[in-house]
Amino acid sequence: MRRVLFILLLMACPALLHAQQVCGTESDRDQTMGGQFLRLFDLNDTGVSNMRRALLGSVFLGVSCGLLGSFIVVRRMALFGDTLSHAVLPGIMFGFLATGIVLVGAGGVISADDMVRSPMESFGAFWRNSGYSIEFRVEALTKNPVLIFIGATMAGLLGGAVVTFIRRATRLKEDVALGLVLAVFYAVGVVLLTRVQGLGSSKVTGLGGFMFGQAALLTDGDLKLMGAVTLFALATVAIYYKELLLTSFDNSYAEAAGFPVRAIHYSLMLLLAFSVVVALQAVGVVLVSAMLITPAAAAYMLTDRMHRMLWLSVAFGIFAGVSGAFMSFFFDAPTGPFMVLGATLVFVVAFLFGPRHGVVTRWLRLYSRTAQVQRENTLKAVYHVLEARDFEGEGVSLRELAERRSETEEDASRLSTELARHHLATLHEEGNQVHLTPEGWQRACEIVRNHRLWELYLTNEAQIAPDHVHDDAEKIEHVLGEEVVRALERTLDHARIDPHGRPIPGLADLQAGLAPEGGPEHILGFGKRL
Amino acid sequence: MSETIENAPPLEIHDLTVAYHKRPVLWGIDLEVPKGKLIGVIGPNGAGKSTLIKATMGLLPWSSGWVKIFGKPVKDNLSRIGYVPQRESVDWDFPVSVMDVVLMGRYGRLGLMKRPGREDREIARECLEKVQMLPYASRQISNLSGGQQQRVFLARALAQESDLYFMDEPFAGVDAATEAAIVTLLQELKEKGKTLIIVHHDLPTARNYFDMLLLLNMRVIAFGPTESVFKVDLLQNTYGGRLTILSEVAEEVRKKT
Repeated sequence: MRRVLFILLLMACPALLHAQQVCGTESDRDQTMGGQFLRLFDLNDTGVSNMRRALLGSVFLGVSCGLLGSFIVVRRMALFGDTLSHAVLPGIMFGFLATGIVLVGAGGVISADDMVRSPMESFGAFWRNSGYSIEFRVEALTKNPVLIFIGATMAGLLGGAVVTFIRRATRLKEDVALGLVLAVFYAVGVVLLTRVQGLGSSKVTGLGGFMFGQAALLTDGDLKLMGAVTLFALATVAIYYKELLLTSFDNSYAEAAGFPVRAIHYSLMLLLAFSVVVALQAVGVVLVSAMLITPAAAAYMLTDRMHRMLWLSVAFGIFAGVSGAFMSFFFDAPTGPFMVLGATLVFVVAFLFGPRHGVVTRWLRLYSRTAQVQRENTLKAVYHVLEARDFEGEGVSLRELAERRSETEEDASRLSTELARHHLATLHEEGNQVHLTPEGWQRACEIVRNHRLWELYLTNEAQIAPDHVHDDAEKIEHVLGEEVVRALERTLDHARIDPHGRPIPGLADLQAGLAPEGGPEHILGFGKRL
Repeated sequence: MSETIENAPPLEIHDLTVAYHKRPVLWGIDLEVPKGKLIGVIGPNGAGKSTLIKATMGLLPWSSGWVKIFGKPVKDNLSRIGYVPQRESVDWDFPVSVMDVVLMGRYGRLGLMKRPGREDREIARECLEKVQMLPYASRQISNLSGGQQQRVFLARALAQESDLYFMDEPFAGVDAATEAAIVTLLQELKEKGKTLIIVHHDLPTARNYFDMLLLLNMRVIAFGPTESVFKVDLLQNTYGGRLTILSEVAEEVRKKT
């Protein structure tokens, strides 16, 4: 886990340095990424206040998306998250259009925006005067976070309800229902967006940010809402962690234990809708589902425990959000794509270098395993050579080794160098003589013993013909642990002769090589008569 | 009144009918299960064995009938039921450890919002010990064999400390050692006065494992002590010819409503 974070950090450093070189001389003001970053902490510098807002918003977004995304991933609802996020687009438009509805009367104009911002005063004005009429005015249109939040949440929930309805009323399966709803809601949203942009309102530019995200446009109102929703999500997961874990793992068991599984499911969906909606301004409709899935998927690659997955996912979410917002400022481009790229970077690192499931890690493990098997096979060949001449003399020449393994002397030389490198053998006479060290001798004995024990076990206990057992033993000899060997020996009554009539090395033979003094380099190897 | 509830049978089912997509799969089930028995539910594939226990716990909607657990409606007495679902019903790649899963057995007693404490952990450890899985407590569940997974599910049910247990095919796909361990455990539970209802698919072993058998094929064919129910004619009734007219009518019901 820590290793992955470290690698990420390492990868971030050259990017910063490079940016510094490119931009260092552009103007007297410090335009480097690092310099811009430091400006954030200078509270007197008002030029970056919207960037500070953007970064704070990205942190909120990372936390809420990371938390809920983890549950989405383990509940296999990734597609649902995608559909939900696209389905909210028409709701945003209706939320925006709702601000155009105004009450016009003797007491002046009361807009929907006023009603939300100062409900008491608006109501007072409405109460004192009479004869209001309802009108729609383009100039009243404005981005009101609360109205947009309500509209978007309603649209998201409606989308979810339509999915459920299609699934229940027809034979269509969930994926089809999700695809249908995603497409039609998004289409309606885009149509509305183009119509709204045609109205000629001055506030309409802010709406474009909802498509791909524009963290720079976050207002204080947006931030308050994001903070509230994030806090709410954190509190809910903290309080109901046990219930969420149980229903995610085994829903019918939870129901049998008397938990209100349906209520828990729909609460989670509602919470998901909330966080998708507040994330929209920063990351955009199109890519918000990636912020739900990618950090959580990366966390899933790194851990086998749900609570750790939640923490990691939140950390990755914050990293993706903050780096995305920062890059988007630096390149003056939409935020969403950069956040997704940041999250994907984390995912790729986890995918490749994760300590247990990482592809490269597994490949390295396999590679070192293969190398070990090869060394063990070389040791076995040395043993066979010694055995063939009744353990007379200590050294085995490269030619003998090569003949035994049906290879060239160059190959044998390479293999014996490899043995020497791992202190399993010493080389003499300019590398032409191989002498096993005590460790090498012991391992060689173990491998031969494993091989012959296994052959005997297969012929005696599993009634397999003696000429069929060799290939299997070739693989098994490298993986048998001491415990299994003991069990095999007991089962076979400590037999000393294998099915082909050769002696099986025992414990005494293994320890025969453990000379009392000196390191491996002082021992020239030994011939040992069984 | 309270005394009658104390003496009430662990499970009483009256005229229970269950339908999938309007197609009845269980017809008019009547059942009264005595306390402290080990009961096997036997029947061919599609006989509704799993459906019966799921419906009894209210996991599936009923078309008619009622179910009482120790004299109370099932919804009010779920805490007295322990459940071992089929092993395939969950995702074994889920990021939880063996201990986490067994602790889930305590959740029902804790109710909403409360977290499992030291005492719950102690009980979970004891339950793992009983199924010889304590050494695996911190393993992730995907690193277990089929038999070990089944033992984890059993430990979770034990941690519920219930009086009535439903187990759905606990012997399916487990090794001989696990099967023997489960049988011993079931006997121990029975001796403590627990009632166990077990869906089972293997006829030859059914005869030895259970005190009572419920022969089921969409309806109750027979229910009673093993020696009086394990009879050729009754088994033929259960496994042999399905009631073709019953099945056809069920199909008609589905089409026309």
